[in-house]
Amino acid sequence: MSNKRPILSVENLTKVFGGVVAVDNVSFTVEEGEIFAVIGPNGAGKSTLFNMITGVLPSSSGNIYFQEKRLNRKKPYQIAQMGITRTFQNLEVFDNMTVIENVMTGAHITMKTNILTAGLRLPSVRNEEVKTMERAMEALEAVGISDLAYEIADRLPYGSQRLLEIARAAISNPKLILLDEPMAGLNSEESRQLVEVILKMREQGMTFLFVEHDMETVMSISDSIVVIDNGVKIGEGTPEEIYQNPQVVAAYLGDEEEEGVEAYA
Amino acid sequence: MELLSQMMQLLFSGLTLGAIYALIAVGFVVIYNVTGILNFAQGEFAMLGALTCISLVNNNVPLWLAIILSIVIVAAIGGIFERTALHTARKSSVTTLIIITIGVSIVLRGAAILIWGTQVQTLPPFTDNTPITILDAVLLPQNIWAVGISIVILILMMYFFNYTFVGKSLTACVVNPFAARLMGINPEKMSLFAVIVSAGVGALAGTVIAPISGATYDMGMMLGIKAFVAAVIGGLTNAPAAIAGAFLIGILEAFTEGLWSSGLKDVVTFTFLLLILFVKPEGLFAKASGKRV
Amino acid sequence: MNSKSLKLIYNNSILGPIILFAVLFCIPLVSSSNYLFSILTMIGFYALVCIGLTTLTGYAGQISLGHAAFYGIGAYSSAVLTSTYGLNPWIAIIIGALISAVVALIVGIPTFKLKGYYLALATLGFGIIVYTLFKEFSSITGGSNGFFGIPPISLFGYEFITDKSYFYLIWVFVFFAILFTRNIIHSRIGRGLRSIEGSEIAADAVGVNLMNYKLQIFVLSAIFASVSGSLLAHYVSFINPDLFVANTSIFFLIMVIMGGKGNIWGSIVGAAMYVLLDEILKHYVPLLLPNVGGQFEIVFFGILLVLTLIYMPDGLVPRFEKLMSKFKKKTPTNGALQSTISVNATGGDNK
Repeated sequence: MSNKRPILSVENLTKVFGGVVAVDNVSFTVEEGEIFAVIGPNGAGKSTLFNMITGVLPSSSGNIYFQEKRLNRKKPYQIAQMGITRTFQNLEVFDNMTVIENVMTGAHITMKTNILTAGLRLPSVRNEEVKTMERAMEALEAVGISDLAYEIADRLPYGSQRLLEIARAAISNPKLILLDEPMAGLNSEESRQLVEVILKMREQGMTFLFVEHDMETVMSISDSIVVIDNGVKIGEGTPEEIYQNPQVVAAYLGDEEEEGVEAYA
Repeated sequence: MELLSQMMQLLFSGLTLGAIYALIAVGFVVIYNVTGILNFAQGEFAMLGALTCISLVNNNVPLWLAIILSIVIVAAIGGIFERTALHTARKSSVTTLIIITIGVSIVLRGAAILIWGTQVQTLPPFTDNTPITILDAVLLPQNIWAVGISIVILILMMYFFNYTFVGKSLTACVVNPFAARLMGINPEKMSLFAVIVSAGVGALAGTVIAPISGATYDMGMMLGIKAFVAAVIGGLTNAPAAIAGAFLIGILEAFTEGLWSSGLKDVVTFTFLLLILFVKPEGLFAKASGKRV
Repeated sequence: MNSKSLKLIYNNSILGPIILFAVLFCIPLVSSSNYLFSILTMIGFYALVCIGLTTLTGYAGQISLGHAAFYGIGAYSSAVLTSTYGLNPWIAIIIGALISAVVALIVGIPTFKLKGYYLALATLGFGIIVYTLFKEFSSITGGSNGFFGIPPISLFGYEFITDKSYFYLIWVFVFFAILFTRNIIHSRIGRGLRSIEGSEIAADAVGVNLMNYKLQIFVLSAIFASVSGSLLAHYVSFINPDLFVANTSIFFLIMVIMGGKGNIWGSIVGAAMYVLLDEILKHYVPLLLPNVGGQFEIVFFGILLVLTLIYMPDGLVPRFEKLMSKFKKKTPTNGALQSTISVNATGGDNK
């Protein structure tokens, strides 16, 4: 983190659903090459925040800037074309394709073939296909599932599907990858594998922003953390700083108690 | 004064048409809301109802009994259709389901040719059909029957869905199938029931329109599509909205036919449909829930 | 790694299509029945429409109940431009295709914001509007009486008049349509389209402009339907609006679904099934019940259709492929990749 350059800035972002403020005036800045986490108890507004950044939900007010370009009102595919890709909490692999085709679809924006050149199968199309396939294979190797390349994607186990989503998100060389609760539904072995992949990619210069519920992972891999509760930012800093933030501790303890109560209800 | 009487005349025929569409459209809405399936064979129930009723009357069954019997018979056919086709295929994709219900409508149409041939058949009016003159506009008693029956049935259905246990159970399946199951309501039975009711009401629509415009084996398709259009224009997810849509389409068609061109009637109706779909796909009169689009 | 590795996901071999068409084109050596050629020609017309429609429905997952409109626009463009304005049929075909493309674009932009049943109804409505216009603008189209005297098509002075010559002509079109479409499916564009059916939200997130893709493929399928309609007009020399009613659109979709909607070959199989079934039923069913008039044989067609869809919702070709793959034990074919996994690529149908 020697030369810190902001890559994503969220400024006073707010979302109101019919009078209920889900995200309230949240600001933070993600810097290039870091792993940035947004955490918070259930219902804190993490998903809403995530959906605003990815263009799935329009914001009520505030701004999102990606490398000085405003993201508000951009559609998800435009955001992808600008260099932000994502994974999904509830897995959205293309279940009608093989694993490698999934990853090749991730390379969509880096390719030039159009409907006419594709139909005529010009030599340039052929070359592009071969190159993309090689890159897809590399991406699958990077996440360690290249042996599953020719399987139909939805026959993969849950953890492998998540790795597949990461490979699909990474192949287009984005500047930022957003991970929506990447640890959800993974067993400890799968989590460990995923953490390894993320750390390795970060070493190669990738920036990650993720929202996550699983505190342990967040603390172990994040460079910076923002904590939100009831839509409001209640803390910000390195994992150590977050540990010592009394507000954060209170929010999380409260949450744990609530969860305990819910479990008996 | 002449203009006024012409307007009255067109309004009468528009309301009659709207009443028929409304009966079929309500069937669409009921089946759609309970099963999530849009039944493209809905119009064929009207065709079957009309032709069955005519056959019964030709065999000297009193008209009122013939109407009741044809409703019962068509409702039974509806039940068989639900069990054999809809229920077995309920997990298929939307496209496949559309083709399946279209396939069923082809079967019913073909069966109708087998039984009744291709000739136009007529049903006598329900009562003495001496025209009544209102403001120089001529009104046939059968038209009053059409609108009247339609309104009574629609009110009965409203009552049924909102105030009876079975009706409320049906509604519950729509709102939350899972919770409904917890409450001891069986969504599968409800699906069967919904199709039977829709088929019966569709058959009634057929018997009502038969004295006005005759009945043929292929009358169902256009009736079905128009009712479908009416339901979508009004709002597919609730019955009153669909009924309002049905009367709107009926009146629009009558006026287009009377004031402009009967040939271009369909162009006007479907252009209107496309405009609504593009601008307000949830329907003109639907409460703003916005889902299912 | 080399271009061979692509074959592990896409079978782009031209051999299959060539063999099939070679066999097809040998039929005239063993038979000279005009009836047979007229049947095969009809299958060709439908197959051409269905190839386009199958990319839209099977790959991009978008339903259309209005393709008879483009079939009709092609036919009437050819009829009017050649008969009334004396243009060369080939030029008329191209202009017809352009008109269809523009209409598809204009209609498609608002239409593809809709999904499922709403999309079905919108396209159905569009088809009915176009049909009614064919019927009502009788000064141009001849209205319900139809349009007579469409000249035959010719190439280098050879006129395609006989059923046999037309059989060759239409199937050459089908051949190139198959290659063109398959190339599209096996490329960036095909993945973009299939991603829409796989997961719209993920397709969006990897940068696939969904609307753009749906439109492009709608326009392409409209062009195929239009060209098929144009060729039909020059073949039969007489057209009327009833060839292009809503039912025609519905039957196109039936062919696509029966054949297998995620498969280009399915469109040919579906078209062939439909035409053959229609002919068989028309000939033999009346023998069973000679005293009944009208086309009641559609009963059997309907029953077969419903049964097929209930028991083979994926259509005939995928079902056939599944059967075949049970017999064939798959073996790894390329050592360059460390995969030992089954190579069966495109049959993923488990939702």
